[in-house]
Amino acid sequence: MMEEAKDEASVLSVHGDDIKVTEVLKDGDTLTFLIISKKDRHKPVVSPVFQLSGTGEYHVDRTYDDFEWLQQHLFAQEDVPGIQGVIFPPLPAKPQVNASAKTMKQLGILGLGEWQPYCKAMETFLRQVAAHSVLCRNKAVEVFLTSSAPPGRQKIRKNIFNRLSQAVEEMRKEGHKDVDEFFQTERDRNLVLTSCTKTAAEKFLDMVLTEQKIAVACGHFSAALHLLVEPGEDADKQAFSRVCVKLSEVFESMKKNMTSVAENNMSTLGLGLDLESRHQEAEKEMLFRRTCKLVELESTKRNAEKAKPVKKLAMEEVKKAAETEFEHICRVAKQEITRFEKVRVEMLQQALVQWCEKQLLTAKESADQFNKHLQVFGGMA
Amino acid sequence: MADTARDPPPEHTDFHELEDGEEDLFPEPTATEEESQPASLPAEDISTNSNGPKQDSLFDDDPEDLFAEATEEVSLDSPERDVLLSDGPSPAITPITPPTSVITPRIGHAHDDMFTRSSFDEIEEEEGGDSFDIHISVSDPEKVGDGMNAYMAYKVTTKTSMSLFKCSDFSVKRRFSDFLGLHSKLASKYLHIGYIVPPAPEKSIVGMTKVKVGKEDQSSNEFVEKRRSALERYLMRTVKHPILLKDPDVLQFLESSELPRAVSTQALSSAGLLRMVNKAADAVNKMTIKMNESDAWFEEKQQHFENLDVQLRKLHTSVESLVCHRKELSVNTAQFAKSAAMLGNSEDHTALSRALSQLAEVEEKIDQLHQDQANADFYLFSELLGDYVRLITAVKGVFDHRMKTWQKWQDSQMLLQKKREAEAKLQFTNKPDKLQQAKDEIKEEIEELEGKVQQGERDFEQISKIIRKEVSRFEKERVKDFKSIIIKYLESLVQTQQQLIKYWEAFLPEAKAIS
Repeated sequence: MMEEAKDEASVLSVHGDDIKVTEVLKDGDTLTFLIISKKDRHKPVVSPVFQLSGTGEYHVDRTYDDFEWLQQHLFAQEDVPGIQGVIFPPLPAKPQVNASAKTMKQLGILGLGEWQPYCKAMETFLRQVAAHSVLCRNKAVEVFLTSSAPPGRQKIRKNIFNRLSQAVEEMRKEGHKDVDEFFQTERDRNLVLTSCTKTAAEKFLDMVLTEQKIAVACGHFSAALHLLVEPGEDADKQAFSRVCVKLSEVFESMKKNMTSVAENNMSTLGLGLDLESRHQEAEKEMLFRRTCKLVELESTKRNAEKAKPVKKLAMEEVKKAAETEFEHICRVAKQEITRFEKVRVEMLQQALVQWCEKQLLTAKESADQFNKHLQVFGGMA
Repeated sequence: MADTARDPPPEHTDFHELEDGEEDLFPEPTATEEESQPASLPAEDISTNSNGPKQDSLFDDDPEDLFAEATEEVSLDSPERDVLLSDGPSPAITPITPPTSVITPRIGHAHDDMFTRSSFDEIEEEEGGDSFDIHISVSDPEKVGDGMNAYMAYKVTTKTSMSLFKCSDFSVKRRFSDFLGLHSKLASKYLHIGYIVPPAPEKSIVGMTKVKVGKEDQSSNEFVEKRRSALERYLMRTVKHPILLKDPDVLQFLESSELPRAVSTQALSSAGLLRMVNKAADAVNKMTIKMNESDAWFEEKQQHFENLDVQLRKLHTSVESLVCHRKELSVNTAQFAKSAAMLGNSEDHTALSRALSQLAEVEEKIDQLHQDQANADFYLFSELLGDYVRLITAVKGVFDHRMKTWQKWQDSQMLLQKKREAEAKLQFTNKPDKLQQAKDEIKEEIEELEGKVQQGERDFEQISKIIRKEVSRFEKERVKDFKSIIIKYLESLVQTQQQLIKYWEAFLPEAKAIS
């Protein structure tokens, strides 16, 4: 574990903000992602073993399990002070072939089977990890991004960072009153935002699904119209056939339009809402960890007070340790929250702007297309 | 495109030209059973007819016999007649030779001057100047009465410059059963001679019950609007038909302030049951009539309509599913708008909060666009396809009537054959006293049957000719109909996109201003 972390600059040998997940290959249930990162020429190459193409780029294949490996390593950094105060970049859920309803709900817009958004979500994960001043120092990140060999597959021991299954006990802790107003406010806000964002993401997904259905229906109608085309030299028959063919083209345009609208939705705001939702969840987990620590701290304080003289010293030690750890966590957490706020607003803005621009473009193209059709019909004898 | 291309003369191989000296094409009073009109063409052998309610005798004896001058027997496809058809400027609608009985003016109808020409075709030409200009709208649905006896009254407004009408802008109040009554009358007069009578909108017991019970909700409002629109389309289709437009029942429907209540249209009335029974009988008959189709045109057309029926139904289902999804999208969009608003409210960052609230507003507006689009999908396409599916049922109906007409003719022929055989046998009877009487009887019967056979043949030819014209008209109208609907639809699509452009352009600066 590197220790010389004085400056906040990334210690990675690649540009964190330029990581690309360009492709995904599916082999049964296994997904393999192609990741390209650009070498940072100001940084030394860590080891000659690592792959480097002539273009100054690293091209690596990673499966979903490799991503999980990386995430586990990040979670497992218990010797980093205040690590529990970090808002960990969320990894998208694993897509499955015959996903259960629960998994589909978890995946949200990423479960639609469109790989472009999914790759983008994985890419965002990696960029966020690389951009995180604490996390990027973990060797696992460098290995993940640059090693030609797939990272080790050994299972890391479980830790408390895994998705917190809300045991009843844990739920009670969640509502524990805070000693710090800043954090109490943040917890309250996060609670509301998490549920609102989740709902918005879900409703957005519903919209996209229906848009896709409409596109399919238009396609069917367009195809069915060809069955009305009649052979023959009769002028009226020919006229009607022409009408049907042209109408079929209209519905084909409608299908294209709807498909574009749905794609635009997915690739911009859909992704944005999904990311925001998962981010809020990640913040929630962090705040919860801190709250648990708070509860623990208060309990050690009580123990220290109540302790009999024999045990008192020991209890005091425990209390001090708990206090120190809690302080670290709070410090890191405050930084994280500030950073998080900035990042999420930027991200949402970008999503909204891109979404609007794409939909505007699609609307203009469609208006043009429909106008052309209108002229054709108007001019038809 | 030649709108007024004439049909080629029908190629009936077993059709024989009426020669001079033979029967009048439009015989004077003596020939038919009906007391009414001299030239009551096809109509019925009322005695054997089972096609629905008895025909009203609207056709009174008219001194101004239309065909008074037409004493020369003219065969259906004589050059003389053809010339008349193509004379003068082509009217907007392909002229169709109607049965003369139809155009006899009703008593009290002031426009006698229309009927002083010697041929209806010329009249059509004349009215080529009075071109088709009529617009009917059905509006202002109003609930009349309470409870289960309540009904919806609709305002039917006609705007026209045609001299056929007394005024140029007038309205009346009508209820749904009035429309059904009108259709029933038109069907009984015209369907069996081959005219494609546009079908009336369908009854809906569920829909109406909701309205009667007073449920003032989204679905009953939609039902009323759907019905209103259907009634309007029904009337427009009906008046677009050049023959039906001039029908006295149609004129009365549009103009008369009071209309006798059409009782026999009630769903569960005895007349309704009778209709159901007749329909069943017809279906059985259809299966057992094996017609020797000598005219390939009819065979081909029938096949064509069968196919069209199947395809249109598929398309109709397809569009209904599209409408459904569109409505679903509207609901989803509204829900997303709400969630975005809540998100905006919970957001601390001021600019982001504002942007999210704006987002919610944009989505609400888009929801409205989706609803409008769903309506366009439905009222333009779904209803168009539904109308055509129903129209094709009427088309198939006239083809069936032609088969029945053929059957009747064949039956008469067979009977005649039998009688002739019986007459021949009589020659060899050995009872001279009864012989003369029997001979006279049979001679009478044979004469009568000969008349029937000829009438049957004429009826068959007439209905065939009319159907050809009707099908041609149908195919022309179809193109016009579809084109006009599609243009409206495209306009709605363009407008939706333009609205979206406005919304997105307004939102973009808000999104950019977040930080």
